[in-house]
This record gives sequence, C-alpha cells and structure tokens, in this order.
Amino acid sequence: MRLAVGTDEVYVYTGARALAPSRASIVFVHGAANDHSVWSLQSRYFAHHGRNVLAVDLPGHGRSTGAPLESVEAIAQWLVRVLDAAGVEHASLVGHSLGSLAVLEAAARAPARVDRIALLGPAVPMAVSEALMDAARGDDHVAYELIVGWSHSAAGQLGGNPVPGMWMTGTALRLMERTRPGGLAVDLGACASYANGLDAARALRCPALVVTGSRDLMAPAKSAEALIGALNGPRVVTLACGHAMMAEQPDEVLDALRAFL
Amino acid sequence: MTKPRTHRFDTLSLHAGSRPDPATGARATPIYQSASFVFPDSDHAAALFNMERAGHVYSRISNPTCAVLEERIAALEGGVGAIATASGQAALHLAIATLLGAGAHIVASRALYGGSHNLLDYTLPRFGITTTFVDPRDVDAWRGAIRPETRLLFGETLGNPGLDVLDIPRIATLAHEHGLPLLVDSTFTTPWLLRPFEHGADLVFHSATKFLSGHGVVIGGVLVDSGAFDWDAPKSRGRFPTLTEPYHGFHDMVFSEESTTAAFLLRARREGIRDFGACMAPATAWQILQGIETLPVRMQRHVDNTRRIVAFLSGQPLVGAIGYPELAQHPDHALAQRLLPRGCGAVFSFDLRATREQGRRFIESLRLFSHLANVGDAKSLVIHPASTTHFRMSADDLARAGIGEGTIRLSIGLEDPDDLIEDLSRALYAAGK
Repeated sequence: MRLAVGTDEVYVYTGARALAPSRASIVFVHGAANDHSVWSLQSRYFAHHGRNVLAVDLPGHGRSTGAPLESVEAIAQWLVRVLDAAGVEHASLVGHSLGSLAVLEAAARAPARVDRIALLGPAVPMAVSEALMDAARGDDHVAYELIVGWSHSAAGQLGGNPVPGMWMTGTALRLMERTRPGGLAVDLGACASYANGLDAARALRCPALVVTGSRDLMAPAKSAEALIGALNGPRVVTLACGHAMMAEQPDEVLDALRAFL
Repeated sequence: MTKPRTHRFDTLSLHAGSRPDPATGARATPIYQSASFVFPDSDHAAALFNMERAGHVYSRISNPTCAVLEERIAALEGGVGAIATASGQAALHLAIATLLGAGAHIVASRALYGGSHNLLDYTLPRFGITTTFVDPRDVDAWRGAIRPETRLLFGETLGNPGLDVLDIPRIATLAHEHGLPLLVDSTFTTPWLLRPFEHGADLVFHSATKFLSGHGVVIGGVLVDSGAFDWDAPKSRGRFPTLTEPYHGFHDMVFSEESTTAAFLLRARREGIRDFGACMAPATAWQILQGIETLPVRMQRHVDNTRRIVAFLSGQPLVGAIGYPELAQHPDHALAQRLLPRGCGAVFSFDLRATREQGRRFIESLRLFSHLANVGDAKSLVIHPASTTHFRMSADDLARAGIGEGTIRLSIGLEDPDDLIEDLSRALYAAGK
C-alpha cells in the first residue's frame, strides 16, 4: 500500500490485506539502513490473524520516497502522520533499533494515538562507534559489514537460519547495500543524537514490551537497562540472539509480540 | 581500523549453515530422512503454510539437511540463499521457470553443456520460451540478440567443453543496462575458483554432482540468488510479473514486496519446487555437504594435477590444441588471469591429431581415466564429446562450440599426477601405433 505523507510517497506493507476499521492496528518500524522486509514473518502473521498491519518503509528507505529523517523526533512525528494518512486513529507500535527509539518517542508525544509499544533491541542512549560512523559518512561498504558482524551472534554468523535455505548475514548485507548514498550516516546520526529516551520512557502511560538479545553487540542488553528502569513496569523478554533478532529467532520474537499485543 | 567480524571461505566450507543437532548433540549434520514434520498445533501449522513462521512442512518444499546445504553454498557464493534441486538441470529449469513464461526469450552463450543446450534449443520452445545462442566472447553479439521480450542472459563460467571464459563483468553490465539478470552456470569453477556475484552475476547454479560433492556418487543441483537484482527497478519494471505482481497461487503474495532481497527464491520455492517438485533428497544433500567440507583442499589438488597434465600434453606430437585458459595461446588467457587467479579448474579438452579409430584406441587404452559422462569426480575421467555429451548438436553447432571429431575432454582427479601422466602416455602410444 502506498500513502501520501506530505510530498512523499510512503510504502506500507500490509500482508496483502486491506486495512479494516474494525481491526486493531500494529505499526512496524525498522532500524537503520533496513526496510519493512525485516519484519516479514512477524508482520505477515499479524496481518493474517485479525490485525491491520502497517510495516512502513521510513522516508528514503526501501520503496518510500523522500530523504531520510535526521532525528528520532522527526521520525516520531512522521509516524503520527502515517497514522493520519492511513486513517488509523490509534495503533500499537513495534520498533527495532532506531525504530524502537522512534516508537518510544511517538508514544510519548502522541499518547492518545498509541495503544502499546514494543521496543526490540533498544539502547538509551544509543551510542554509535566512531569507526562505524566514519565508515557510514564515507558510504564505505565496511560500515555495512561492521553492522552485520555486530548484529548477529557468533552462532548466527555461521547460519542455522530457521527460514530454510536463507543465509542470514548475506541477506542482511544485501538489504543494507540498497541504502541510498548517505542514508546510513543519517540513520546512525539520528540514533546517536537522540537524548530524550529516558524522559520519554518516564512520561509513557501505555504498556511496553522490551526485547533484548543477550548476544547483541550492536545494542547490548545492558544498554537497555536504564530504559527499562525508566519505563513503568515493562514486560522484558531476553532472547539468546544478537541484534538481528527477527532473523535469528523469528518465532521467539513473534511469540513475545503475540503474548503482548 | 575496526575490522568486520566475518568467517573465511575454508571455515564456511565446514561450518556454514550447520549447528550441533539440538536434539542429540550430533556434530555432523544429521540426515533428516523424513517426508514431513509434525506441527505443534493447528495455528502453528497454518502459520507455516502461510509463511508467517519459519520451519519445515514437507520435504519437497524444504528439508533440514537440504537447508544446511542451501545455506552453505549461499555463504560460499556470497548470496542471500539457495535452493537445492534434484540435479543441475533441475536448477537451470527452476531458474528459468521462475522468471520466464511463454513468449519470453533468453540470450545464451553457445558454449554450453549439452544438456543445457538441449533444454534451451529443443525443449523450452515447446513451452514458448526461445533462446538465441551467441559467441560468448562477442559482447556485441550478446547486445544485438537482446529483444524487448528478453528476460535472461545465461552463460557458463567456463564454457563446455572449450573452456571459454565468460566475461562476467562485461556481460553483467550489459544485462543490467537492459534491466535483465545474468544467470551463470558455475559448475566447473565452484566458488573456490570464482564467485560470480562479486563480478556482477545475479543468479548462479551448479551441478553439485561435480566438484561440490566431488566423488561422483550423487546427482544434485543448487540455485543461488545474489539478492542484488532489483526486480522493481525502473529498467526492469513490468518485466518480471512472477515476482512483482500478486500471485494467486499464494494468497496474492507479491514476492518482491514480501522480501526485498529474496523475492526470486521465495517464488522459486513457493511455486517452482512446490509445483514442479524437482527437490533434492536429504541423503543427497548430506553427501554433497561431505564433499563441500573438503572443497578447498580438493580444488587446489585438482588444479595442481591439471597443470601437470596440461604441461605433459603440451609436448606430445599427437596432441593438437589444448583448451586450457592458463595457456598463453588460449584466447581468454588474459581474462582468466583476471577472473580466475586460483586456477582454471580441472576440466579441459584437447584435440587429438588422429583418425576417429585412433581416438577410439586412445580412450580405450586408458586404465586410470574412466570413460564416462561426468566431470568433477575425485577420479580422473575422459570422454569424446562429439559422440556422447554433444551428439545431438549439428556439425555446424559443434564447430561453433569448438568441438571437433578429435576433441577429447578430460576431468583431472586427485590421483598421483605421475600415474595419470603414465596412463596418458601409454594411451597416446597406443593411438599412434
């Protein structure tokens, strides 16, 4: 599905289902240099189990036009505009990595529009290494390779993908290679510059789920501890995987979301 | 500079795709000899069928042992995934059937394995898919053969049997200028010698019967997707409706929207393997996995032995042209040095300056070389292409493919090279009498 948001066209994956006003809605928000397809199993499940699903491509990502947004706050505002454009009054928001920060901020800014939030692989603050940032600024392929290396557990780097025949790290790398020039640096800059995470968490009134990966080197589980402390009684699930949790443990991620949403 | 965490080729040959068996702790990949797999509950079953959960349903669609092989070859090729098939021919057919329908057209190198030539030249036209064959070295011929209905360019990394080296970077660039993917048969080279995706190819397939399994004990194929081709890009838009339009055979799924990088593999598995059914048996996958574990050391030895044999044959009066790209006189020598720095494989042809009867005596005098229709075995092999693998081709087509009446094809194995040279020497003597 394509929506008009301002002058940009926004691609939204719906699981080949038309949105129905009678159904509860879930918005999925991907991380840096990714697109909606990182949620393919989980989003498809909910789309075929009675929910409206809106797995978005952020501006300048995937099939969405426009330039990447330079701050988490801007992405949060944009998410609310997507809800408006889709005619969705309120929804649960699910975000991964950069997307988790955007979801958190959106819920704090527009509490009436957000039912629940699920934060996957969050970190507050979300520090970005200088080596990675430098490589991203130069559109150096090494930046993608570093992210793939840090985002998959040691076991995940050798495969064993639950999805038959798919090579996880190759898939992750190829998806990021589609990023438009400069896009990764903008995304990482948004992560690194976001300073409102703990205040947003304290202001939050809706239920929250936090999913961390015990083998996550990109956003280590301990980097989410302050966030978890600031939230009001969040449900916390820790999976034995890296940052690329939807790929490494798709069923476990789905089950965590099913139990919460 | 911080370095990416990646594993190297030899390590991936042993480990990619496999983990100790969670049920038993078995370190070797088990042979999951089961037609189907139990569902925990009805919802889980429905989710598996509808691609909402990961896992196996029925071994025609996927199997855990085959999945390890698929991941491993995808890792070695640098792709996003793979599908194991009943044979290399099944892999080629799966690639074509996934992308093309009646009315579509292929541009292919004319230096192809005879079986591939059969499929393209004789069989597919019955289903409305036609092919124009071109000299693989003539980029202008490739360009000139592309029509509005062309959907695929296809060649072999090393053409059969003359070892024409496909200029993958140039042909891939040409394909992409026209919004088309390049499919490459990489059977003769394996990813140890050449990784076509690094040079621009979009899809790769292997007859895994050959060097990947390496021991001549199974028939199998693998089809690998680079994940780089954008089926929805402006130049390609509308040309690949199997990937970019709703598929009524799978709940109106639009594969390119479902997966940005693996739309081709999704369709190939959800339609091609499901409906045509040319899947690989798990025991076959296991055999091929055993072979791949030693692929790097075997390929090195194959290449070393081949160099010794080529050097020997080069000095024999009964031997004419030798089609091995490491030789300076081979027309693709410079290209081979660029694309194949580790070597040009272990299959090559040479012309015997002899009558057909002398050629028969040569082949029948060999004792270590087995006379059969295969390549890439641990044992050395020999065949006369004009009367066997390529016998359906016309004289003109044979000539265009570089095959003469005296052409002999060798596949050099892992024996002691001195024994192989003694065997060839004896056979040449017998032929010359």
